[in-house]
Amino acid sequence: MPAHQPGRKRWRLPMNWLGLLPFLLFSLLFLILPTMHIVIGAFQTRDGSFTLQNIRDLNTGTIPSSYWISIKISFASAVLGCLIGFGMAAAVTFGAVPKWIRAPLLTFSGVASNFAGVPLAFAFLATLGPAGLVTLWLRSEFGIVLQRDLGFNLLSFWGLTITYLFFQIPLMILIIAPALEGLKREWREAASILGASGFQYWRMVAFPILFPSLLGTLALLFANAFGAVATAIALTGSALNIVPIQLYAQIRGDVLGNPHLGYAMAFGMIVVTAAANVLYIWLRARSERWLK
Amino acid sequence: MSLWTRLTGWFALLFGLGYFALPLLGLTEFSLRARRGVYSLDAYAKVIADPEFQQTFLYSVSMALVTIALGVFLVLPTAFWVRLRLPAARPYVEFITLLPLVIPAIVIVFGYIRLYNTSSWLPLTGTIMGTNFLLAAGYTTLALPYMYRAIDTGLRTIDVATLTEAAQSLGAGWTTILGRIILPNVLVAVLSGAFLTFAIVIGEFTLAALLDRPAFGPYLQRIGANKPYEPFALSVITFIITWGCMGLIQLANRFTTYTKAPR
Amino acid sequence: MSFLEISHLEKSFGPLRVVKDFNLSVEKGEFVSLLGPSGCGKTTVLRMVAGFETPDTGSIHIEGKDVVRLGPNARKIGMVFQAYALFPNLTVSQNVAFGLKVAGVGKAETADRVREMLSLIGLPDLGDRYPFQMSGGQQQRVALARALAVRPRVLLLDEPLSALDAKIRVSLRSQIREIQQRLGITTIFVTHDQEEALSMSDRIVVMNGGIAEQVGTPFDIYNKPTTKFVANFVGTLNTFSADVTDAAAGRVSVGGTPVQLPAAVEPAKGDRIGLAFRPEALHLGRAIGREVTLPAVIRAVNFHGSVIRIEVEAAGTNVALDTFNRADTPPPQVGDAAEVSFSARDVIVLEY
Repeated sequence: MPAHQPGRKRWRLPMNWLGLLPFLLFSLLFLILPTMHIVIGAFQTRDGSFTLQNIRDLNTGTIPSSYWISIKISFASAVLGCLIGFGMAAAVTFGAVPKWIRAPLLTFSGVASNFAGVPLAFAFLATLGPAGLVTLWLRSEFGIVLQRDLGFNLLSFWGLTITYLFFQIPLMILIIAPALEGLKREWREAASILGASGFQYWRMVAFPILFPSLLGTLALLFANAFGAVATAIALTGSALNIVPIQLYAQIRGDVLGNPHLGYAMAFGMIVVTAAANVLYIWLRARSERWLK
Repeated sequence: MSLWTRLTGWFALLFGLGYFALPLLGLTEFSLRARRGVYSLDAYAKVIADPEFQQTFLYSVSMALVTIALGVFLVLPTAFWVRLRLPAARPYVEFITLLPLVIPAIVIVFGYIRLYNTSSWLPLTGTIMGTNFLLAAGYTTLALPYMYRAIDTGLRTIDVATLTEAAQSLGAGWTTILGRIILPNVLVAVLSGAFLTFAIVIGEFTLAALLDRPAFGPYLQRIGANKPYEPFALSVITFIITWGCMGLIQLANRFTTYTKAPR
Repeated sequence: MSFLEISHLEKSFGPLRVVKDFNLSVEKGEFVSLLGPSGCGKTTVLRMVAGFETPDTGSIHIEGKDVVRLGPNARKIGMVFQAYALFPNLTVSQNVAFGLKVAGVGKAETADRVREMLSLIGLPDLGDRYPFQMSGGQQQRVALARALAVRPRVLLLDEPLSALDAKIRVSLRSQIREIQQRLGITTIFVTHDQEEALSMSDRIVVMNGGIAEQVGTPFDIYNKPTTKFVANFVGTLNTFSADVTDAAAGRVSVGGTPVQLPAAVEPAKGDRIGLAFRPEALHLGRAIGREVTLPAVIRAVNFHGSVIRIEVEAAGTNVALDTFNRADTPPPQVGDAAEVSFSARDVIVLEY
């Protein structure tokens, strides 16, 4: 670009931004506008005027209980996913088990964290469903009937939580393994030579360093479970009244009898997952600041 | 390493692996039960012979390919341009690419249905081609975080500015630079993003079902309600495809470490 | 028995013996450097003293007690790591106080000690900073303060300057030495940098292949290396080959020029030996007190500022020598004929 032409320089900045036009146009059309449409719709009446009634109406009928059970399932699967995933990642990172297990475990986690949706539901139906592998085995070997003796039903809070764990644990492993790797050997050694026991090292150094990542990952897993639709629908049909299923039914057939209440419900989902993700991003930035 | 630590480590690992192994085992076992009393591949045979399976599977595969093409055409020039000329725009672009992780897919598709319905300014859902395009755009949006991250990581490992200047000084235009200089250098990253996109799209349910397209995910859900063993066989097939995509990503990445090793 | 006594230490990793029969006595207050190329076993020795590695055989006594069976947290040793290893989640003060807190020292005393340590390292006002807000040199000084705060019996320094910029390295070098002397703390310093070892240490242990090749003061190590490895590894060395004419009388000939050595040459060494010099022992031109003169040709001139390093060819070999820069005398030109002179007293005799 010839720099000596005085008129050109003024046009350079807009020209540069022009390079982003396709991307910005695409995200506007297929990400931002549709979302804005929902958000705005949540605050509108049928004839388009502003109202808070839709938000207030979220507190009617089965909606509050569906939010509550969604939050409970998401939270339980996120906490358990964090704990188990942390244990497994720690076992392969700190050499409690042979090192070669690490690479295959991470690969498998990549697969399993993407193995959500309908097929996952069938995998658990085939295992813990009425005619599932484990169900039949428990009955034939121990005479235990899951539903009758243990009160376990796959189409329930715990059933869905256990199913969600199948993608929650691998996601945790994928995110936390690098963080654990980031704990330098020298920190442990420095703590140790300063007189600290292993427990003191974990309490005063390692855990505080990991804490933002742990809490952040918890938030991410929560959002991940909260937005999951396919697994829930394939597993429970409409037996379990969680938010994504209700919204799904609303989109298909306006079961709430008020399209703007549907918007409000979707808006509620955005609020919950956005809050969780903001927490995640904020905590992540915090932990990266330390580890720079 | 104390004995106690070792034991807890093994326990955590074996517990986890058991948890992962059982559903896969159960799924596989169930899919083989179609013939009474013996294990057989009957369910697979039936499923593969089902014309609806062939149609929906083909539809999803084509959708995945269209999505990959759309994603690469959209993300590669953008990521390249941001690295080369607009580093200031980087946080904003990254923020946008992360949004699909924040906004649940069901909300996005809800927006599509209301925004692009037959009586709107852009009635995409009015025609089959329009809906197909909307679905591809939705899939591209879902895959955006992964695609962008993969390609941006790839671009980071090469010196974009120097390569571009070198190409320009030899008289190359933008298409040549992107297609023949940048793309081959980040091909591995692009492939990683592509395989991941494929794995996401092939079994996707929510978007396809709500846009009412004959894709593999909704088909799987529908026959799950009607057929006893076929859906399990299909799930095994889906799992193998997912595994294959991840394996290809690993393979692609291993290929990079070889090409980069001499440095 | 000395304050710190290491005897017959051995360590193997798999089939590789990294430390072989290592012995060292360190007096209280002494600064001893372990110097050697990477992989020579110096870090492994240090890590065994710290307690991070267990020796296969041998003993490590501190104040007369064998510590080999003690864990690192029971040895009362301070250590500074190459990569600082400050705890990123703690402020500078909290880092320095870490060892005291773990030991259960009271709050008031801890605060006093932290203040004392921070002023010792010259950063009295940075107590509330986090490590990521500090430069590498500052972080390493904090690491030193953290190690010293618990009043350890021995201070271990594992290449503490290697990660720093050249300028900071030199200034921190003298600062560490000054603090060490002020506190009189027994110190073992691991480095691959001979300049650091020479400038800081009371004594140097030159290690190679898991063995202590030579132990001595910096002066001895530099001027009287006892093995070829030490002579080559520490400082720059020029070597002429010489023909032995009379072994018993110490007479040799360098490219036809006779040289009378101060001592007899061992006849077992054959009829050719190596005569080695430090660059400063060779002089360009004739000089009083340097009785041997060789004809030479200038091959290269490297201007370093105050010092000019000149490479000349003499007696069939290329050798380097240093002259001081003088504003009124331009350096010689490449290709010029010249003479170099040396004294047989400065010669280090090497076997071939």
